[in-house]
Amino acid sequence: MAKVSVYLTLTCLLPLLCNSFSPENPKSQRILVLIDDFAIKYSHSLFFKSLQTRGYDLDFRLADDSKLALQRYGQYLYDGLIIFAPSVEKFGGSIDLATILDFVDSGHDLILAADVGASDLVRDIAAECGADFDEDPAAVVIDHSGYAVSATDGDHTLIAGDDFLQSDVILGSKKTEAPVLFRGIGHSLNPANSLVLKVLSASPCAYSANPKTKLSSPPSLIGSAISLVSVVQARNNARILVSGSLDMFSNRLFRSGVQKAGSSTKHEKSGNEQFVTEISKWVFHERGHLKAVNVKHQKVGETNEPAIYRITDDLEYSVEIYEWTGDDWKPYVADDVQVQFYMMSPYILKNLSNDGKGLYSTSFRVPDVYGVFQFKIAYQRLGYTSLSLSKQIPVRPFRHNEYERFITAAYPYYGSSFSMMAGFFIFSIVYLYNK
Amino acid sequence: MATLRDAFGNVLSVFILILIGVLAFSIRLFSVIKYESVIHEFDPYFNYRVTQFLTKNGIYDFWNWFDDRTWYPLGRVIGGTVYPGLTLTAGSIWWFLNSLNIPLSVETVCVFTAPIFSAFASWATYLLTKEVKGVGAGLTAAALIAMVPSYISRSVAGSYDNEAVAIFALVFTFYLYIKTLNTGSLFYATLNALSYFYMVCSWGGYTFIINLIPMHVLLCIVTGRYSPRLYIAYAPLVILGTLLASLVPVVGFNAVLTSEHFASFLVFIIIHVVALVYYIKGVLSPKLFKVAVTLVVSIGMAVCCMVVAVLVALVASSPTKGWSGRSLSLLDPTYASKYIPIIASVSEHQPPTWPSYFMDINVLAFLVPAGIIACFLPLSDASSFVVLYIVTSVYFSGVMVRLMLVLAPAACIMSGIALSEAFDVLTRSVKLQLPELVEGTASTAEDTPSGYGSVQNEAAKSESSLEKLDDSLRERPSRKHRKKEKENVEKASSKPRKEKRLLVLPLVASAVAIFLLIMLGSFYVVHCVWAAAEAYSAPSIVLTSHSHDGLHVFDDFREAYAWLRHNTEVDDKVASWWDYGYQTTAMANRTVIVDNNTWNNTHIATVGTAMSSPEKPAWEIFNSLDVKYVLVVFGGLVGYPSDDINKFLWMVRIGGGVFPHIKEPDYLRDGQYRIDSQATPTMLNCLMYRLSYYRFVETDGKGFDRVRRTEIGKKYFKLTHFEEVFTTHHWMVRIYKLKPPKNRIRGKTKKSKSSSKSSKSSSIKSTTRRNPWH
Repeated sequence: MAKVSVYLTLTCLLPLLCNSFSPENPKSQRILVLIDDFAIKYSHSLFFKSLQTRGYDLDFRLADDSKLALQRYGQYLYDGLIIFAPSVEKFGGSIDLATILDFVDSGHDLILAADVGASDLVRDIAAECGADFDEDPAAVVIDHSGYAVSATDGDHTLIAGDDFLQSDVILGSKKTEAPVLFRGIGHSLNPANSLVLKVLSASPCAYSANPKTKLSSPPSLIGSAISLVSVVQARNNARILVSGSLDMFSNRLFRSGVQKAGSSTKHEKSGNEQFVTEISKWVFHERGHLKAVNVKHQKVGETNEPAIYRITDDLEYSVEIYEWTGDDWKPYVADDVQVQFYMMSPYILKNLSNDGKGLYSTSFRVPDVYGVFQFKIAYQRLGYTSLSLSKQIPVRPFRHNEYERFITAAYPYYGSSFSMMAGFFIFSIVYLYNK
Repeated sequence: MATLRDAFGNVLSVFILILIGVLAFSIRLFSVIKYESVIHEFDPYFNYRVTQFLTKNGIYDFWNWFDDRTWYPLGRVIGGTVYPGLTLTAGSIWWFLNSLNIPLSVETVCVFTAPIFSAFASWATYLLTKEVKGVGAGLTAAALIAMVPSYISRSVAGSYDNEAVAIFALVFTFYLYIKTLNTGSLFYATLNALSYFYMVCSWGGYTFIINLIPMHVLLCIVTGRYSPRLYIAYAPLVILGTLLASLVPVVGFNAVLTSEHFASFLVFIIIHVVALVYYIKGVLSPKLFKVAVTLVVSIGMAVCCMVVAVLVALVASSPTKGWSGRSLSLLDPTYASKYIPIIASVSEHQPPTWPSYFMDINVLAFLVPAGIIACFLPLSDASSFVVLYIVTSVYFSGVMVRLMLVLAPAACIMSGIALSEAFDVLTRSVKLQLPELVEGTASTAEDTPSGYGSVQNEAAKSESSLEKLDDSLRERPSRKHRKKEKENVEKASSKPRKEKRLLVLPLVASAVAIFLLIMLGSFYVVHCVWAAAEAYSAPSIVLTSHSHDGLHVFDDFREAYAWLRHNTEVDDKVASWWDYGYQTTAMANRTVIVDNNTWNNTHIATVGTAMSSPEKPAWEIFNSLDVKYVLVVFGGLVGYPSDDINKFLWMVRIGGGVFPHIKEPDYLRDGQYRIDSQATPTMLNCLMYRLSYYRFVETDGKGFDRVRRTEIGKKYFKLTHFEEVFTTHHWMVRIYKLKPPKNRIRGKTKKSKSSSKSSKSSSIKSTTRRNPWH
């Protein structure tokens, strides 16, 4: 009876165990949403609702709430952070720039939306992540050719952006048909920065300036160098979305139709909802998150992993790679995963073949060089988390008794030495006893 | 009566020898008594680690040991690159003791191996000197070598290095060579080859033997002293010795391929030619012989020319002309400092200063010339050998401090001969004159005035010692004749007594001379004991200093290594200058990039370049080598002079030798090496400066470096790519960790409110080119 109950509890616990096994499970993810005032909760409710239906637990707080805290007793209370408070000068409670950066550096995700007149604090957060908003506080992105046709907007600050990053991983496999409506400030990225990606860039004739005043000097940000929406994937795979427009997430722009200036097609519904939803899926790791497990290597024909290889051994290497789909891990299929057998430089670089079930494997011969090698996988693809595995394995030279015992080419030498010995023996006998 | 005296003398000399052995052993225990039973310095730690491996895994695994914890990521084939003699010796001692159920630890055995072998070395010296000049000289030489400071410095308890057993092997090989030369016995010749094999196993200095003995053979041939005994002493040694030497993995084919060994083969050919000539001379009539000589000489010349041509071609085809760097620096003292900074950088490869001669061999330096003269009275094969030995070793010691060690036994033998001869003469004059003093002045007329018969004296003396030598030579061949000859000697002894009277010196003069010699000897003893107790017993892993408020112990090295062992991951790599490589692997058990086995110049140059580069390139170099921690030794706080800042110019030179963008003049201000405010910006920004002096100003507020006796040039700075993780109590070892690449890359917007941040961000921004996952 006791046995059965144990068995039952185990089976009951099993799903739970499985759940806790994947830390990426969004069902239990809590997200803190910092807003300027509670109106935003309602004016952007479509976006929040889409998150909630995907299982996120949103915690709305005013940005200057004096009880704000990201962590308690050293544990983070939230798994993600959305800052929809472009004008906040100082967060309440214990949150400030450093704690937000620590939050990111410990692997958590962030969505940051700025707007016209964004505060220094918001600009600092963006700058720390690699996105530099236009320094002119009154500047907005103006586009006289790519604006969205609208009755109310006369200064062409409502932009219909359709210059997306070509990445199915970040923006979803379904192409965003309608342009995205954007009203806000632009930012620039350092081209040398390999971590930050421009997801929605402005058209070549856009520029960033204050629409209320006359331009006295050329604007500092012009053309497609302006990024409207960017994402950052930090080295610890924390993901950050930086948008220059808070309105982009609003119900109003979600629902409004869009007609780009100069284009005759009028879309019933803007691309905002699809764009924002898909990119938030990426930011919260519902897509493009890879893991590599079960790294195995062994000599051909053996099953145990040796502590050391010998030069010219034949070995097999295998690894399993899975991608997170939002619900569970499914095998990741690609034909460009490579393994390096590396000692200061790659001695062997081989494509891994996969069986469609996530198992990648290859076999090769250890080079005729001894030393401490590494099996290295450095897999970086646009939008995917970076996989970098390295496993150290020494390679030794032959043992003294692993060389060939007799070499054919040396038979003349063996012969000569033995005939020499025999000759000397006979000579000694003759010399000594044949007087 | 005489046999009784002989027996008494033998017992006495055995007893004296035992005492000498005890003396040699116990004078080396100061380090254990004053400090503790611990392995010293750098190389011994490696030997200790290898011995541990040997005792744990057995000889085959030792032979095939591929060590992946040093020279990361190249690794090192220990079995094939180490001289196994010392390790095998200590390993078998340990095994033997354990099989007797004496459970000594490996460390204990290692610590006491050197003192034990120095006792053996003094006995070997006794044997060698006895072969040259008799028992008296032998005992004196043994007593001298038991406490010669030069040898003590390499063989105190804990100094577990190759030289500890190699000096014994060296002297013993020489003894067996002389013994063979004196007896012509093939048995000793075989033993000689085996002893040479042991020497080859133990130390790279075996090339000294394989060059000195051929030189001596050549000398004998040239001076017309060729004999079958010489042939037996030499030919088996070359053949058996070379075969055996090539069995040692580290030597291998070098035994026939490198020019250090060519001299022996050349002489081997010559001795055969000479032997043939002597044989033909015996067979042919003088007239025929002349014809044969012309024939042989012409053919021989041709063959020699061919051999020489082949050798020259072989040698010239290799880039270093077939000579290894260390040997080249022996022949041309300026070679190493000109071309190989890595050899010149080792302090023990520097030429010695004059005071170091006095420090290391003390009064022996004055006795050696007298010994050389004594060896010429008369010149035998054996004594010519020791003369050759002293001459060559004096030359080599002048090239490298380290080779002072080879000089020490030669100097002891020579001084032993000199002292023993001097005592012989002086005590004889006292002995001969004392009875006369007692008897009265009846026979004064017969006394030779000291100035008068000096020539006669010399002649008589040489005659008598010739006789003695002949005796000793004749004594050997067989025991049967011995008694007969002794009787002869006894009969004859009445005759030389008269002659000996000619040798006497005035009584007072000889008494004073004896007194002075004893003074000299006691001065030597005092000096040796002082040197053993004060100068050469410091383990260099623990330092002490005396100040007005008592004894200070600096145990920073072990503190740092213990920190590494307990606070870092097993597979973490630690970068430091190569001096500390062996200690880090042995004591901290962490992988190192370079160590004291300086086999790969490029790898060392890489570390040197990193140390002399600014932080960012240094970080990149270290990161590409998977280094996690960087260890620097810094003596500026306590005044420990052999720290990394003082070694730094060598890092620059070695690094610059391979990577030309590191230039020595960039680190020197007007040719002067300085770290104060006059130092060059390159110097003040290099990694070594920054790691050594980071936060140094916090200690006294001024940043006063006690070694360089100056205030440092740049006092306040921050590290961007390294973080300090551990600094020992006296700041002697500082350990830094490489910071991981930044998680995020900042944008270029600079807020005016924080200027310090902006400089930081600019330097971090520049890392962006690096792919962080590489």
